Amino acid sequence: MATSPHTRVRAAKLAAGDRAAGNPAAEAKHAVAPAAISAIERVRLARNPSRPQTLDYVEHLVRDFFEIHGDRRFADDGAIVAGLGYFGRRAVAIVGHQRGRSTQERIRRNFGKSHPEGYRKAARVYDLASRMGLPLITFIDTQGAEPGLGAEERGQAEAIAANLELMMRLETPVIACVIGEGGSGGALALGVANVILMQENACYSVITPEGCAAILWREGGPERVADAAAALKLSAPDLLRLKVADEVVPEPPGGAHLDPPHAARELGRALERQLARLERLSPIRLRRAREKKFAAMGAGFVSSRRVENQRPLG
Amino acid sequence: MAEREQGGRAAAAQGGAEDLWVKCPGCREIAFRKEVERNLNVCPKCGYHHRLTVEQRLTITIDRGSWRELFEDLAAGDPLEFHDSRPYPQRLEQAQRASGRNDAVVTGVARIEGHPAALAVMDFAFMGGSMGTVVGEKIARLVDHAATQGLAAVVFCASGGARMQEGALSLMQMAKVAGALGRLRDARRPYLAVLCDPTTGGVAASFAMLGDLNLAEPGALIGFAGRRVIEQTTNQVLPEGFQSAEFLLAHGMLDAIVPRAQMRATLGRLLAMLGGARGRRRKPASA
Repeated sequence: MATSPHTRVRAAKLAAGDRAAGNPAAEAKHAVAPAAISAIERVRLARNPSRPQTLDYVEHLVRDFFEIHGDRRFADDGAIVAGLGYFGRRAVAIVGHQRGRSTQERIRRNFGKSHPEGYRKAARVYDLASRMGLPLITFIDTQGAEPGLGAEERGQAEAIAANLELMMRLETPVIACVIGEGGSGGALALGVANVILMQENACYSVITPEGCAAILWREGGPERVADAAAALKLSAPDLLRLKVADEVVPEPPGGAHLDPPHAARELGRALERQLARLERLSPIRLRRAREKKFAAMGAGFVSSRRVENQRPLG
Repeated sequence: MAEREQGGRAAAAQGGAEDLWVKCPGCREIAFRKEVERNLNVCPKCGYHHRLTVEQRLTITIDRGSWRELFEDLAAGDPLEFHDSRPYPQRLEQAQRASGRNDAVVTGVARIEGHPAALAVMDFAFMGGSMGTVVGEKIARLVDHAATQGLAAVVFCASGGARMQEGALSLMQMAKVAGALGRLRDARRPYLAVLCDPTTGGVAASFAMLGDLNLAEPGALIGFAGRRVIEQTTNQVLPEGFQSAEFLLAHGMLDAIVPRAQMRATLGRLLAMLGGARGRRRKPASA
């Protein structure tokens, strides 16, 4: 399911806008691919400030939520929320980025950009979920890990790295939902899952389009940023093709922010279906399946080829 | 020795007459290149550690004649059909021609002071040592080889991070290698990470920081986010020596800073103590 009817409706609206503006190129493009909405459009939708966040989905999908605070080492990082609750009849563990809504809350949550203590809080919950056999559901919604002095001093790289290894060994079902922007290592520290769900307008990338444009073209003008967004293949349909995402979850027409309960219902349905499937696997099979899934990432694009002037070593 | 001469000729072809002399980025003094090379490419005046080529690293690290390369034929495709000012395959081809290798890491088995080990050496000269599908695949396979053959793993890291041109697939390699290291730990074989200048971004945030022991060369730049990004986004004044190996040691992220002249002996000692020399076979831990 590369595109949903909603995407096509919106794309048609966008195309209509282009035609109204007298843009024949846009008209021709949309005539060929009516479902195409540009990569940078997706990024804007993914970043839309009124788009539902982790706690919105928790409210809609999880009953009796108990929030877990702190990494037991340094602090409680508001950029990541974690807790226990019921999804349907089962008790589950939840970990997600939380960007915040009001200015005050955003500052308190550092716009969803976690420090090491956030990842270490997540690690506590991962470990707990695995030992208790609770399915783990994560929500990815971050531009990336916090770049800053304190983060580096306290081992941002180590905190993320440790989570990658830990998540890979969990002996419980793990499902990651990319609900907004999935930015590099800061996203992946919540992303080593058996199943990766991506909402239709969510993005997932190794670097922000702005960062990519700054490196490749040494300029951050809007056109270059749009080029970079397209080049990075960060949209849900692209990542489904590249086998990074397992399923694209439809959003209400115009995007999740226009009808959050609808978006939550769709996500809940996909989670229910995937969990039911994963729960049939034994704990060790769940770990092995996850390892296998990531071992296969990109492997299909690697070939065996000898370089012409290959130099002997040693 | 043959490799060293070959490397020297290649450098001479690039550098011309300037090749006789080298300016030290550490103390800004000019030194005779031969003298610097004889000193393991460490500045004789200030101790600055110049970056090494893969050939130089192997020559000063492993027992002569012990190298057996693995997975050298693995080569990247162009999964994103990535194009900036030039198509990605062209950039890749240029780096391949210059290096004589397929990608930014070499992997193999060797002996270090008599101790067998699975060894990876990253090549910063190859697209900034960036990790795409091939780097991830080779290191993951090497670590799995170590786990199944009962070998210790040693990785010399030198990388700017994940390779942008392979997008999210590069990002996923961080998890792929971390998974392999988990299996190595289950097989009770040691993993030594050696962080060389520079080790940043996605490589720092995966296998570089996951060593049973993390060693670094003096002065190496190590960190997650780039200095410029931090300065631009936070307006923080960054302290002297920020993200240097010494800074990381002081903050508890490294076990030791090992000068190049002592690296080989140190690795040998650690491999002996951690049982890397036994080469005991263990049950395969494959997925």
